Amino acid sequence: MSELISVRNLYKIFGKSPEKAVELVKAGQSKDELMNQANHSLGLKDINLTIDRGEIFVIMGLSGSGKSTLIRHFNRLIDPTEGEIIVDGVDVMKLSKKELEQFRRHKMSMVFQRFGLLPHRTVLDNVSYGLKVQGIKKDERLQKARQWLETVGLKGYEQQFPSQLSGGQQQRVGLARALCTDAEILLMDEAFSALDPLIRSEMQDQLIELQEKLKKTIVFITHDLDEALRLGDRIAILKDGELVQLGKPEEILLNPATEYVEAFVKDVNRARALTVETVMQPPVCRISASTIGGALEQMKKLPERYGYYVTDEGYQGVVLQDTLEEAAQTNASDTLGEDMMEELDAVSPDAILESVIPDTLETDYPLPVVDAEGELQGELSRSNLIEVLGETSRQAA
Amino acid sequence: MAEKSWLTEFPEMDRSDLISIRKTLDSAYREFSRAYGDSIEAFFDPLLSFLSGFEQLLLNSPWWLVLISITGLAYAASRSWKLSGAIALSLLAIGYFGMWEDTMRTLSMITVCTVLAIMLGIPIGILMARSDKVQKVFTPILDVMQTMPAFVYLIPVVMLLGIGKIPGLIAVIIYAIPPVIRLTNLGIRLVDKEVLEASTAFGASPMQRLVGVQLPLAMPNIMAGINQTIMMALAMVVIASMIGVKGLGQPVLKSITNQYFTLGLLNGLAIVALAIMFDRVSQAWAKRSQQYREGSHV
Repeated sequence: MSELISVRNLYKIFGKSPEKAVELVKAGQSKDELMNQANHSLGLKDINLTIDRGEIFVIMGLSGSGKSTLIRHFNRLIDPTEGEIIVDGVDVMKLSKKELEQFRRHKMSMVFQRFGLLPHRTVLDNVSYGLKVQGIKKDERLQKARQWLETVGLKGYEQQFPSQLSGGQQQRVGLARALCTDAEILLMDEAFSALDPLIRSEMQDQLIELQEKLKKTIVFITHDLDEALRLGDRIAILKDGELVQLGKPEEILLNPATEYVEAFVKDVNRARALTVETVMQPPVCRISASTIGGALEQMKKLPERYGYYVTDEGYQGVVLQDTLEEAAQTNASDTLGEDMMEELDAVSPDAILESVIPDTLETDYPLPVVDAEGELQGELSRSNLIEVLGETSRQAA
Repeated sequence: MAEKSWLTEFPEMDRSDLISIRKTLDSAYREFSRAYGDSIEAFFDPLLSFLSGFEQLLLNSPWWLVLISITGLAYAASRSWKLSGAIALSLLAIGYFGMWEDTMRTLSMITVCTVLAIMLGIPIGILMARSDKVQKVFTPILDVMQTMPAFVYLIPVVMLLGIGKIPGLIAVIIYAIPPVIRLTNLGIRLVDKEVLEASTAFGASPMQRLVGVQLPLAMPNIMAGINQTIMMALAMVVIASMIGVKGLGQPVLKSITNQYFTLGLLNGLAIVALAIMFDRVSQAWAKRSQQYREGSHV
C-alpha cells in the first residue's frame, strides 16, 4: 500500500504567541506546565504518522487529547504552529487560498460529530452541497445525490429537512454528502459518537460494508476503543497532544505501549475485539501423506497424537494416531480413507473469538483455522484462548 | 483663591473659554455647511427624486388601486386572509377619516427609509460580524446613535441641508438603523460553528459561505432587526415632522401646539395602524420563509 497522507513533526499550540511556546514544549514542558506557566494550550506535540491509501486509520483519544485538532490539520481547518502535512505529494501548507479551496473540494470530504447539516436546505440539497460548491449543474448534482441517498438507505427522504430526521438518519445524510464529492479521503470526526449504541453499531456495519466497495482512505476519530478496534486497520492513540501508540488493533490490545494505553485496553471485551487470526498458532500437526503408513511416519515426528489431514484441495479433517494404527493392522489397503478421519469443523481466521468459544469447548483438539480458499492457516487451542482472554480478567480484577 | 473653592464647587472651565469653544465650533461648522452644503445636497438629489417619485406614485394613483395593491402585497407575504382583510379595513377607515394623503406620505417615507436602512445596515452588520476590530469601532457609534436625543442630531442636519424631506430621511435612518446592524452582526455570529466548518471543509469560498450559510441561518435575527428598524422609523415620524417632513406627524404636531385632542388621537391611531401592518406582515413573511424550523423532533 502506498502512503497517502504524511504528517511530520507537527506541533500545534493555542494562545497569543504560539511560536515562543513551541520552544518551551520542545524544551520538555508538559501540557499542564505550559498552561500554568505560559498560559498557552498545547494542542499537538511532535506528531509523526503516515496514512496509507485505502486503509481505515483510526485516531483515538479522550476529550482534550488533540484528536479533533489533528484531523482538522489534514484539510487545514486549523493551521499548525510547526510541521509538515503532505497529502498525495502536495504540501498542504504551501497551498494558496484558492488552491486550498480546490483541494478541499476534490481531495477530501468530512463527516462531523453533530452532523453539520444545513438546516434550511432539504436532505437532497444537503447531499449535493459539495457538488454545488464545485459549481456543478443542478440536474447532474441532484441525480448523483439521489444515488448516494439510496446507497445510505434514505430513499424517499429527499425533500425532508434535516430537523425532521432522527440522529442516525441525519448522520447518513452527512455520510452521503461526504461520499457525493467522490473525494479520495474521508475524514470522520467522531462521526458516530452522538448516536445511540444500537444505531452506532448499525452505522459501523454500514461503513465497513461501504468501504469494501469504495476502498477510500478513511481517517476516523473516536473516543471509543471498541469502535476503534472494530473499524481500524491501524489505530493511533493520542494523549495530551502526544502520539502514544500506533499500530494494528491486535498490537494495541496485546502489547499496550504505556500504562495509559493499558488502562484503556483493559476494559475491552477481547473476545469480541480479537479475531481468530490474531490468537491462533501456526499449524504444527499437518499430515499430508496419502497413505496410512506415510501418515503415521509424519505423525511420529509430531508432538501430539493427532494431525490435520491436508490434501491439494485443502483441509479435510482430523486424523488420530490411534485410529491410524488400528487401521494399519486391520485394513488391507494402505490408502487413507475418509472413514479414518474425525469430523471437525474448521473456523475462519476472520471470525471473532466470541463466536468460536463454544466450538473450542466441545472438542478435545485445537480447532483448525481454515481460510476462504480452504487452506489450513493455523490452529486454535483452548489454552490459546484462555491465555488471551484470561489476561483481561486478571487485569480487570 | 482657587484653594478654598475647588472643594465646595466644581472647578469649572472659564466661562469665556467655553463660549469661545462653542463659537469656534459653531462657526466652523457653519462655514463647512456654507462651503459644502450645496454639493452635499446635490449628492442626495437622486435620493430625493426617488423619494418624491414614490410618494407621487402613491398619491396620484386612485385610492382603490393603492388599497388593492397593499392588501395584495400583504396577502402575498403572509398568505393570511384574516390579516389582509384587517389591513384593507384599517386603510378604509383611515381614508374615511380624511387621513389618506398623510398616510400615503408617511408610508412612502417609511418604505424608503426601511429599504435604505436595510441596504446600508446589512452590509455594515456583515462587516462587524467578520472582524472583531470593526465591531469594536461600530458598537460605541451605534450606542451614541440610539441614545443621543434625536433633536440634537437634527440641528447639524438641518444646518447642512435645510428643512425638507432629505434631512428628515437622514434623521430617521440615523435613529432607526442600529437594530438591523446589531442583529445582522449578532445573527451571523450565532450561526452554528459546525455548519460553517462543514461548509469550509467542502471548499466553499467566503462568498459561498456568506450567501449559502451565514445569511440564511442568520435570517430570523436579521428579520427581527428589520422589524425593529421599521418600528423605530415610524416612531420617528412625529419628530421628523418638526423639520418639515409631511405626513401623519404634522397633524400630531399641530394637535400638540393647539391642544386638538381628537385630531391627535386619530392621526396617532393611523400611525399605530401602519406600525401593526408592517409588523404583522413582515413577521408572517419571516415565519413562512423559515418553515424548515418547524416539525423538528430532535
